[in-house]
Amino acid sequence: MSDTTTRAVVGVSDRQQGEHPSGDNRFDLIDKHLKRGRYAQDQLIETLHVAQDVFGYLSEDILIYVARALRLPPSMVYGVATFYQLFTFDPPGDHACTVCTGTACFVKGADDIVKGVSNAYDVPAGETSEDGSLTLKTARCLGSCGLAPVVVFDGEVLGHQNTESTLELVAAAVGGVD
Amino acid sequence: MRETRSAVHVSFDGVEYEGYAGESVLQCARRNGVTVPSLCFLEGLSVWGGCRICVVEIAEDHRLRPACATQIAADMEVKVETPRLRAYRKAILELLFAEGNHVCAVCVSNGKCELQDMAVLCGMDHVRYDYQSPLREIDASHPKYVFDPNRCILCTRCVRVCDEIEGAHVWDIGFRGEEAHLVTEMNKPWGESLSCTWCGKCVAVCPTGSLAYEGRAIGEMEHDPAMIQRLAVARNRGEWLYPGEEQ
Amino acid sequence: MAAPIDLHEVMDREREERFRTRWRVKACASTACMSAGAGATIQAVEDMVEREDMELEVQVIPTGCMGLCSAGPLMRMMRRGGDETDYQKVTPDAAKEIVRSHVLNEEPVPEHLLDTTMPFFTSQERVVLANGGVINPDRIESYVAHGGYQALEKALTSMKPKQVIEEIRRSGLRGRGGAGYPVGSKWSLLAAAGGKTKYVVANGDEGDPGAYMDRTIMEDDPHRLIEGIAIAAYATGADQAYIYVRAEYPRAIERLDRAIRVARRNRLLGRKILDTNFSLAVEVRIGAGAFVCGEETALMASIEGRRGTPQLRPPYPTEKGLWGAPTMINNVETLANVAPIIDRGGDWFASIGTEKSTGTKVFALAGDIVNTGLIEVPMGTSLREIVEEIGGGVPDGRSFKAAQTGGPSGGCIPAKFLDTPVDYESLRELGSIMGSGGLIVMDDEVRMPDVAKFFMEFSMDESCGKCTPCRAGTVQMHNLLQRITDGNGTRRDLRDLEHLCSVVRDMSLCGLGQSAPNPVISTLQYFRSEYEALIDEEEVVHA
Repeated sequence: MSDTTTRAVVGVSDRQQGEHPSGDNRFDLIDKHLKRGRYAQDQLIETLHVAQDVFGYLSEDILIYVARALRLPPSMVYGVATFYQLFTFDPPGDHACTVCTGTACFVKGADDIVKGVSNAYDVPAGETSEDGSLTLKTARCLGSCGLAPVVVFDGEVLGHQNTESTLELVAAAVGGVD
Repeated sequence: MRETRSAVHVSFDGVEYEGYAGESVLQCARRNGVTVPSLCFLEGLSVWGGCRICVVEIAEDHRLRPACATQIAADMEVKVETPRLRAYRKAILELLFAEGNHVCAVCVSNGKCELQDMAVLCGMDHVRYDYQSPLREIDASHPKYVFDPNRCILCTRCVRVCDEIEGAHVWDIGFRGEEAHLVTEMNKPWGESLSCTWCGKCVAVCPTGSLAYEGRAIGEMEHDPAMIQRLAVARNRGEWLYPGEEQ
Repeated sequence: MAAPIDLHEVMDREREERFRTRWRVKACASTACMSAGAGATIQAVEDMVEREDMELEVQVIPTGCMGLCSAGPLMRMMRRGGDETDYQKVTPDAAKEIVRSHVLNEEPVPEHLLDTTMPFFTSQERVVLANGGVINPDRIESYVAHGGYQALEKALTSMKPKQVIEEIRRSGLRGRGGAGYPVGSKWSLLAAAGGKTKYVVANGDEGDPGAYMDRTIMEDDPHRLIEGIAIAAYATGADQAYIYVRAEYPRAIERLDRAIRVARRNRLLGRKILDTNFSLAVEVRIGAGAFVCGEETALMASIEGRRGTPQLRPPYPTEKGLWGAPTMINNVETLANVAPIIDRGGDWFASIGTEKSTGTKVFALAGDIVNTGLIEVPMGTSLREIVEEIGGGVPDGRSFKAAQTGGPSGGCIPAKFLDTPVDYESLRELGSIMGSGGLIVMDDEVRMPDVAKFFMEFSMDESCGKCTPCRAGTVQMHNLLQRITDGNGTRRDLRDLEHLCSVVRDMSLCGLGQSAPNPVISTLQYFRSEYEALIDEEEVVHA
């Protein structure tokens, strides 16, 4: 691959400000991070974090973009991205309900909460409902065991939850189920 | 240039042999004609140590260690055939058979398969665990080769040979745990891969019928893993071995 | 280059600040209290102080974890040069009332009083968590005012690296991440390793569900960790350090990033630290959700931006670690013990705890127990004291059944062993491990085969997939446990399960796989009748 093609793809040095060659200026934020990390290949996971923060998820295009920028083989980037649980490859729902399933929460009945929400909104854990309104996730332990069971709804940490209270919470944001 | 190596005494199951400092227990056993079952190891590639079939017992500390990744030391007493190791190896083979879809009767590698050989060698005649019967789609998109993930045991020989010898890194492992499986590029059909050089080394090293030439019928697929050792020797030592001369 | 921080000048300045107002309100702003509403509570007090012109009377200081998370939000009223009064479950309204009542009438507010004479507080010995509820984690000055960075200054200006290692060795400190390897020996290994580049890594990938002491240290006392890292690097000859933090802890990442910047500005990190010849760069690296990355070799792979699959050992990280260079990995809590040891001496530390397990250990108490939260006790404290006295026992009139330590790598300890002293060896003898310090109490309603299945599911999901026994073995063990807990298991299933326990324990490549059967093994050992009952019932049904 010649140097000029790489630069055109990576697109940092010789382009006009304010417009990313891809046409999507969100890539600027990824570029900025890449540049700060001097395009070091060990920045892959950090870069994927940044990309996911910016785009909400990691599409194939984004993965290829990162792979080319860091000059890594695509299969390696795909392998790394899919290894880690926090990377997601589908657009997230409008609202996110994360149920902690750590040991303390398990002892206090977190499983029932997951089942309750999953059944009520017909969304398997780890996925987004068909209408895109709700993503149901489980977490490995949020380290707030004193508040078990813990639910995080749209970023807000809520302790001492049960199935009813969680369903109320979801219903208030997403709408109830018939 | 051949290096002069210092010899040490080692024993396998009580029989004394000569070992060389710097070689692995597995290499030493092979050189001396001692059979140590193994699967993911392949001479010429980096050591992976994942299949755990080659685990042996080192007498000094009773610890179980993979023969492929353990260096020979002077007066080392290696135990290969103990009741415990035999039972463990059998269990591991059963786990491999249960997690994929290994149906020898319809496999291109039937009769020429390292997994099958291991099962025979280790006396694994039935599987006591639940067959997982995963749904895995065959990738026949490549004009020259076929990838059948049902027969993959995740030994990563293909990943390593493509990266370390061919330098293309078409293959890698995606996901993790029981979901882990081989991917080419962005988990797209192999035939769409831009990086594949069609060199066929991944096919040559596959221990099972997972990677095969297009159009092979049952029992027709023969692999040539020793090719990699010839390549590695040529590259590292500037000596070209001929088929059959591999150690 | 700016001049380095003058620790003594900062201490003086902070002392003056401390005496500036008659009242200081310390409010726990740690994660648990924040989720219980501490944010609003603190805001309410700050607003009131401003509105009612009380600035000369009261200063509000947000602090790190005060410990008793189940009673949050927690707040402390401190009178200048005098007494302290602690409050629990402090709502915004209660907070305003408490502050007013103290400031205007010198009267406490009885309904929210927290009894600090109960064993939860009096039986603890705080070394690692000494600054919890005391300092403002966002201000380096606050850390310095409580003796922070004195140990680093002492090490750099009056001790040779060898002496630092000797002090750590004398302290008997052992790794707090799980296995309990002697820290002094590990440091010596790195110090002895050749090569120009060496790395120190702080392992903050606290993955054991139920453990959150490392998060608390990183969030609430980030400079203590940085100081420990700097001393470790000085002692071992490293000039680059990483703090590997799990991505699930965004607050810890933010606080550490900031603390590193501030430390660099004050010449406590970076080039020529405190005007000596010692230089050190520290960088935070973020995980992305993989329990196995707590394993040393997997952690290094992750720092290098690769899949977090463990590598074969030997070579050990101290010989060949990050990018092939000698690397030493210490757990966060381990490193948090370093500054106090250098400050007060290894002998002082060794005088706490037992002969083989010195110092203190932080535990996260959770589950079926009255007082949940973070506690720190001398090693060797009995489980009974932790559960019944400090923890206040099992609530709702139920009885204690088991204590789970060590998470998915540990085991369940039954009631008959409650008098066991908590130290590395005793726990291992009981088939559990110290682990990072999660301690989950289970009452008599919990079915132990369910617990075993819960942990097996965890290990199965977190297996990296590299080695056969862990990847495929945990799946089959989970199958068997599912069948047994569903009441469809047979005697043969139980036999197969026990055999797989040995296969996976003995044949797996890394610690995750090797310890994955522990929850099954220990519940089979102590609660076998529960498994048998599930099986027998089914056989009766068939008959």
